[in-house]
Amino acid sequence: MISFVARRLLLLVPVLLGVTVVTFTLTRIIPGNPIDLMVSPLADAETRERIAENAGLNDPLWEQYFRYIWGVVNGDFGDSFVTSQPVLDDLTSRFMPTFELTLFAMLVAIALAVPLGIASAVWRGTWIDHISRLLAVFGVAMPVFWVSLVAIYVFFFLLHWLPAPQGRISVVVAPPDSITGLFVVDSLLSGNWPALRSSFQSILMPACVLAFAAMAPLARMTRASMIEALESDYTRAARAMGLPERSIVFRHALRNAILPVITMIAIVYGYLLGGVVLVENVFAWPGLGRYVYNAIASSDYPALQGFILYSTTVYVLLFLLVDILYVLLDPRVRI
Amino acid sequence: MDLPGIAASSEKAHSPQGLEQARESEEILRVEELRVEFHFPDSKVVVLAGIDLDVSMGEIVGIVGESGSGKSVTALSIIGLLRPPGVVTGGRVLFCGENLLDLGADEMRAVRGERISMIFQNPRASLNPVFSVGKVLREVLRLHSGLRGAAARSRAIELLSDVGLPDPETVLARYPHQLSGGMAQRAMIALALASSPQLLLADEPSTALDVTIQYQIIQLLSRLRKDRNLAQIVITHNLGVIAELCDRVAVMYAGTIVEEAPVGQIFDETRHPYTKGLLAARARTEGAGELESIPGQVPDMRNRPAGCAFHPRCAFATGICRTATPILEMSGARHKVACHRWKELA
Ligand SMILES: Nc1ncnc2c1ncn2[C@@H]1O[C@H](COP(=O)(O)OP(=O)(O)OP(=O)(O)O)[C@@H](O)[C@H]1O
Ligand SMILES: [Mg+2]
Repeated sequence: MISFVARRLLLLVPVLLGVTVVTFTLTRIIPGNPIDLMVSPLADAETRERIAENAGLNDPLWEQYFRYIWGVVNGDFGDSFVTSQPVLDDLTSRFMPTFELTLFAMLVAIALAVPLGIASAVWRGTWIDHISRLLAVFGVAMPVFWVSLVAIYVFFFLLHWLPAPQGRISVVVAPPDSITGLFVVDSLLSGNWPALRSSFQSILMPACVLAFAAMAPLARMTRASMIEALESDYTRAARAMGLPERSIVFRHALRNAILPVITMIAIVYGYLLGGVVLVENVFAWPGLGRYVYNAIASSDYPALQGFILYSTTVYVLLFLLVDILYVLLDPRVRI
Repeated sequence: MDLPGIAASSEKAHSPQGLEQARESEEILRVEELRVEFHFPDSKVVVLAGIDLDVSMGEIVGIVGESGSGKSVTALSIIGLLRPPGVVTGGRVLFCGENLLDLGADEMRAVRGERISMIFQNPRASLNPVFSVGKVLREVLRLHSGLRGAAARSRAIELLSDVGLPDPETVLARYPHQLSGGMAQRAMIALALASSPQLLLADEPSTALDVTIQYQIIQLLSRLRKDRNLAQIVITHNLGVIAELCDRVAVMYAGTIVEEAPVGQIFDETRHPYTKGLLAARARTEGAGELESIPGQVPDMRNRPAGCAFHPRCAFATGICRTATPILEMSGARHKVACHRWKELA
């Protein structure tokens, strides 16, 4: 197992190298001149030239690329054109808020979608199956951005159940001491009730909006693989042995059906990291989504490249985790 | 509910004398007029058009017939595992005198495994791929016998060696993909027998296996009858299996039983033209033992022919065969046939 993980991590090197080539090339091809961001619009041509020269923007592309790679290898992703901070620091500080938001969203989605999928497989063709299908259609069809606005309108403006978009925690509440970097978890661990209340209220709406979008594919996948498992020869044989329906559904069928669902969870999580850009903007969430949105809007090459490297790494690790789970859960999988 | 005349005979083809007495006296399963339909949104298809079948203690009854004749549906209906769109629409399944069709889901579940078990054609697919043999065996033993821990383990080992698995302790830890087809079928049989049922339904238990392994499984079923007095219904395409294993045979055609007799009589005093066709087809593929197709189309259940369902393929069909459905009648002490013309053709 250890050598399996090591081999997979080693594989990360060529993957990331490939990604840097693509992103580096792309960011140089797409229109938008970063110099405009680095100097005042009033600066004369000579100043612009000097700054471009200092930033290395006049060197041949391959030289810029190797300088970049050398930096990355040494943990230097360059400085953001916009924040003037090292990109790696920027990314790291924005990672945790995004991780907290997407983790919550994913947990909510799983907690709702998996039971819903099971129920609609067990009672397929009944009202619960139809409701779950309807939810899935809505979840896919409605843009996250729009759902966010509706949610704010209903739960903040009309009902006053939840606060206005305010980021991770109300400005009048002190954030909890940092333990894990997840506000809800940290305030729980340190028994900081005001912070818990505020951070929970803040995360509820954006997480549920994301979860709504994530639920649909999870519920459908759970339903499909549960139906397959429930119709299989081994559940029929288990029934013939007189095992109770509870054991048939939750042990014999679910234990098989959950495998494709795990893959789907990873795919959906990747999709969520994309969807989070809009949600973070709407809810003023200080995460990677907002950062990358700003980076795109301002041709912030180092930030963009850093983000893509960062998220590629996250994806690769995520799917490594999936493969490890498969090894643990499916005796047929060999490593 | 005793039907006169059926259990009265004393001739038995292939079984030791002692068992015979017990078997004569104790009928454990009686299926009467079992009707099954498949209900589709646009149509209803009659799949079993009134099946009568009985099995005594320690007796092995074979069911043969072409693909689609309703053999599996019969077995699944008996054990209560027929699933929609299949619906039992009539008849009775009397097990030790009790009509299983009247039982609720929970009562029926208690019957399954504990009193009636079933094994299937594809043994490896019938074992859960993510559980070891031992894990499922332990679950079944806990459920039916309340055994746990070391007691369950030693009982599991005992069961596995009972079905002829060498090195049962390692088999306990094996997953289905680590078993050969023959080992998997033996493990399936051990699971089915974990709580000592009186009746085993075996739906083509050896079809998916190599020829030599097939023979071993047949031997095992035969031994289980001898050791445990285990009654069995064995569904097969293989007339060799019938000859080797069964006491009695029911021949099915298009959802009805067309002939039923002790094994010896089926081969030597064949009455129904369809059975004759099966045997002739077998003779043509001498030695293979598998059913060869007999001339004509397998009937479409949606458009069941009027009269005798076999008449379109029957060389002897006359006017009455096209209009009246023959009933299964006694044609000898233990021989039943459903054919208008059996007497003339004999
Ligand atoms: N799930 C189902 N849906 C629709 N029709 C079915 C279903 N299962 C069985 N049938 C129909 O019931 C009839 C009998 O099927 P059954 O499986 O009992 O045949 P069989 O005699 O066991 O054949 P085989 O030798 O191929 O196993 C067939 O005509 C088939 O079309
Ligand atoms: Mg069948």
